[in-house]
Amino acid sequence: MSSDPRDEIVTHLPALRAFAFSLTRNFALADDMVQDTLVKAWTKINTFEQGTNMRAWLFTILRNTYYSNRRKAGREVSDAEGVFTESLSEKPAHDGRLQMNDFRRAFVQLTDEQREALILVGAQGFSYEEAAETCGVAVGTIKSRVNRARARLAELLNLDEDDRLEMTDQATMAVVSGARPSGALG
Amino acid sequence: MVQTRRNSKEAEVIDENLKRVYQDMLDEQVPDRFLDLIAQLRAQDDGGGSEGDDTGEASA
Repeated sequence: MSSDPRDEIVTHLPALRAFAFSLTRNFALADDMVQDTLVKAWTKINTFEQGTNMRAWLFTILRNTYYSNRRKAGREVSDAEGVFTESLSEKPAHDGRLQMNDFRRAFVQLTDEQREALILVGAQGFSYEEAAETCGVAVGTIKSRVNRARARLAELLNLDEDDRLEMTDQATMAVVSGARPSGALG
Repeated sequence: MVQTRRNSKEAEVIDENLKRVYQDMLDEQVPDRFLDLIAQLRAQDDGGGSEGDDTGEASA
């Protein structure tokens, strides 16, 4: 009986917060934006087309809020270099993958547009088409942002090294290969 | 640009880390303020309605 699409909104809250946080890199700001988004979504529910992707619709509201605020502020809203990396608890890296904090530090250096495209496509699993619609740009623009974001991350994380080993192993390798022929101990 | 195997490997490593970072964020507990807000919005709508059916569920 209850076919009110608003009943579904609550199920998107974790994703909405994750998206907001990856955009703002700041918990307080992210939650303020989620709050705005909830109110807008609630009152503008008639603009939601039943049967379409509600998460994408909510993300669109949220990002429009964010960019509109950013424009008003005249600059990037967040200077949250450290906030993003410090506010989430570090989980132990398994089998020598990138340290999460290394990754987060690199991630926050991307532009807003790159972070958003990469999160939508790479993490949230949106198709390029869905991401393009969410962001109100052409599919080619999304593809290009995702590619640039990946290239920038690879650069920041030294993944473009020829042997592109995991970061932690790279450091080890450097020590090992540097130490082997030494002979002359100080 | 040519899509080399190295590039796809890079993308794989990046996406894997990206998903872990994102999953960490998804795992964050949703604060009550949002559930409260939704309840408020719903109550506002219902407030104008006809039925006095709602018990208010004012538990706390």
